[in-house]
Amino acid sequence: MGKLSWSVIPWDQPLPMTASLMLAIAGCAILVVITRKRLWPYLWQEWFTSVDHKRVGVMYVILSLVMLLRGFTDAIMMRTQQALAAGAAQGYLPPEHYDQIFSAHGTIMIFFMAMPFMVGLMNFVVPLQLGIRDVAFPVLNSVSFWLTAAGALLVNMSLVIGEFAKTGWLPYPPLSELQFSPGVGVDYYLWALQISGVGALLSGINLVTTILKTRAPGMTYMRMPVFCWTALASNLLIVAAFPLLTATLAMLLLDRYVGMHFFTNTGGGNAMLFFNLIWAWGHPEVYILILPAFGIFSEVIGTFSAKTIFGYRSMVLATMAICILSFMVWLHHFFTMGAGADVNGFFGMMTMIIAVPTGVKMFNWLFTLYRGRIRFEVPMLWALGFMVTFVIGGLTGVLLAVPPADFVLHNSLFLVAHFHNVLIGGVLFGGMAGYNYWFPKAFGFTLDRRLGLCSFWCWLVGFYVAFMPLYALGLLGMTRRLQHYDDLSWRPYLICAAVGAVVILLGIIAQVAQLIVSIRTRASRRDLSGDPWDGRTLEWSTASPPPSYNYAVLPQITGRDAFWAAKHGQAGEPPLALGPAPGVDGAPRQPVEVPNNSPNGFVTAFFAVVMGFALVWHIWWMAILGSACAVVTLLVFGWVPRAAIEKSA
Amino acid sequence: MTGGILDPQGPIAAAERLILVNATEIMLVVVVPVIVLTLVFAWIYRAGNTRVAYTPDWGYSGKVELVVWSVPAMVVILLAGVGWISSHELDPARRIAAAAAPLRVEVVSLDWKWLFIYPDLGVASVDQLMLPTNTEVAFTLTSATVMTAFFIPQLGSQIYTMPGMQSHLNLLAAHVGDFPGQAAHFSGDGFSRMHFLVHALTPEDFAAWKARAQATGAPLDAAAYALLARPGVLDHPQSLRAVDPNLFDKITHGTELPAAVPVATPSRP
Repeated sequence: MGKLSWSVIPWDQPLPMTASLMLAIAGCAILVVITRKRLWPYLWQEWFTSVDHKRVGVMYVILSLVMLLRGFTDAIMMRTQQALAAGAAQGYLPPEHYDQIFSAHGTIMIFFMAMPFMVGLMNFVVPLQLGIRDVAFPVLNSVSFWLTAAGALLVNMSLVIGEFAKTGWLPYPPLSELQFSPGVGVDYYLWALQISGVGALLSGINLVTTILKTRAPGMTYMRMPVFCWTALASNLLIVAAFPLLTATLAMLLLDRYVGMHFFTNTGGGNAMLFFNLIWAWGHPEVYILILPAFGIFSEVIGTFSAKTIFGYRSMVLATMAICILSFMVWLHHFFTMGAGADVNGFFGMMTMIIAVPTGVKMFNWLFTLYRGRIRFEVPMLWALGFMVTFVIGGLTGVLLAVPPADFVLHNSLFLVAHFHNVLIGGVLFGGMAGYNYWFPKAFGFTLDRRLGLCSFWCWLVGFYVAFMPLYALGLLGMTRRLQHYDDLSWRPYLICAAVGAVVILLGIIAQVAQLIVSIRTRASRRDLSGDPWDGRTLEWSTASPPPSYNYAVLPQITGRDAFWAAKHGQAGEPPLALGPAPGVDGAPRQPVEVPNNSPNGFVTAFFAVVMGFALVWHIWWMAILGSACAVVTLLVFGWVPRAAIEKSA
Repeated sequence: MTGGILDPQGPIAAAERLILVNATEIMLVVVVPVIVLTLVFAWIYRAGNTRVAYTPDWGYSGKVELVVWSVPAMVVILLAGVGWISSHELDPARRIAAAAAPLRVEVVSLDWKWLFIYPDLGVASVDQLMLPTNTEVAFTLTSATVMTAFFIPQLGSQIYTMPGMQSHLNLLAAHVGDFPGQAAHFSGDGFSRMHFLVHALTPEDFAAWKARAQATGAPLDAAAYALLARPGVLDHPQSLRAVDPNLFDKITHGTELPAAVPVATPSRP
């Protein structure tokens, strides 16, 4: 069994054992409930094997919210450790635990929280907004999701079996090389990301094809909702950038598994190569995350201001400019490498240039508010909270783009505060806005407003209380990733930050409560109109939840804000050709082709997990078996004749 | 605020603080109005307020768009100028005062301690850095192990230390005092303990320290270096003498590295 034995389970460490025991109990409880309620056939047929883009999108978001809980647990452990471990006190986490926790926190939050959140919302919304029935490759979509879930599972397995990486969320060599990290932690990281990275790439190809090739009749590029534009930009970046990640991690794998020397200290290896390659992916990655969030805010701000978005063409131009520029700034992640004044100066300027299209977007949202009729529903509050918070993150970001300022701020808690400012204030707020905004569309009932507001205010206040002290600590000279520190004057700030994390915890509890309360009272909060927010775009023209084929008759689009125009009957605009009203005549007028379910994704991902786990533990026979089965599954299910995969609804 | 990058003790750190403050002020000119306008617009144009204008189809204005593009563009042009010029003036490898010869210090990051070699004085120190005030110090840096970063917040500019590479940094301490220094880039289990104190001394005190180290310090021979290079942390800083003048180059090129670096868990840092 390779390196695997009973001793790899950390029996003697109470923290991970308690955590995994609780996970196991919760997991068993869920399995028992599902079995007793005889939900397995339902789950298998309606969800696990579903290739409906809406179901896949919802599963992405569920994965993301579960991983948010896991990642946040790591966060609150770090905040309490740093609040405690000053001077003589060592806190409760020894370095070998603390190092795993911050590595897992970053990895999970970026790859298995933020990514699935955005990809899930794009999956759900983009085909509906484009007026079509599914994505271009529905089965591939399901495969993408399950590969992402497989990666998430591998990362979480490392909690119980073995260990996780102790290298940070990006495994910089030489620290991540075999010489300095001989354990399985880095291998877990690498295989989890290789598997989910394939999922991300396939999903990117799928959505790019969908947006470029399968729009509804009349949906020209300049009539697409802003969210579709940002989704296009984001997925173009995925297609261009993710192969870089896969190749870079593959080189590190070759170093670790077969003794090559891409990034080692000896044998001609050079770690600087890794820095360049990983950030050539890593900087586009942050725009992969933030661009869809910008799109969500555009939709939300337009809808709840009851106004068309201001400066649509500027928005499109700004989005595509960011898409291209994001590939030209990677070096600002290591100004302190000493590359020289010209190189640093160039990349500093390129980085600042990105602030121009981003600033344009901010102003356009501002002018969308202007002379609107603003309703303070939950999604709109997230959007307003974003506008106020994100500009602060933008300011500190441009500050970090000035090379000499970066020389003193790099690797400090100021940097940590900056990227949490843009990732929480931008991506997470965007995800939450989208979640509250499209939930009624997905499930046919609205979310509880009071608990939604409670969650929003806790997150907003908690964010400021938790991260403003980190800006100050960065200025005081505190570096990131410290498990212990001697300077007692830092401690009050870190206690304040820990309090902020608790306030955010209250926000998360409110979020969970909102979901539970809303489900239990769903009968009274049904939305029969399909359009609870007075929406502007096509997804609000169909029923909630939409039928599996989305639109009985493909809509004919004649302008921007197509549904708004149809509702308000503007002069010269022919009414939108909508399907029959739900409940009156649910059946489509013409036969509609809907792809059949496919177990391809689930089964392939299962074998991918077997393969990844076996490779982590050097169980070669199992690795060969797992990868062979994964490939065979993918191909066998991929070659099913057309007649068998499509049915008429 | 004492300590940290807002309390500079040398010209590099002072220049960097100035840039930090100036760039922040330039951006606040735009950022503050945006925050205020967001809140003001949201309040004025609330749905309940029907006394104000409502223009649901107003989605384009050439004049507004011109402002919207040119305001961030002008701010960025200004800041890009600041960035480009300061990137050259404060390049870490650039000499501060070309006139006088600088004090040369060779810096080696080890797991998890700092070795400072004074090649012209024949002495070295571990986890403490003695500097004479008002003397330019020319650091040459490498790593005998993984990458990390050398950073003295109150003196300015951090820089990576990389195995097989030499990086360059010039700093100057203008005042007598003790300033914290640290590894700023995560480097493994002992990272949190990988800090040192900079003692900026009067030239007389520095000369006295040098004489003491030359007389009473432990010799830094191959065996002593091999011991230092083992992963772990030191309880007390050290002063060393009889340093091989080629030690730094040997470390850079890996010829002085112990055959196999043990990677066991460190003595509890």
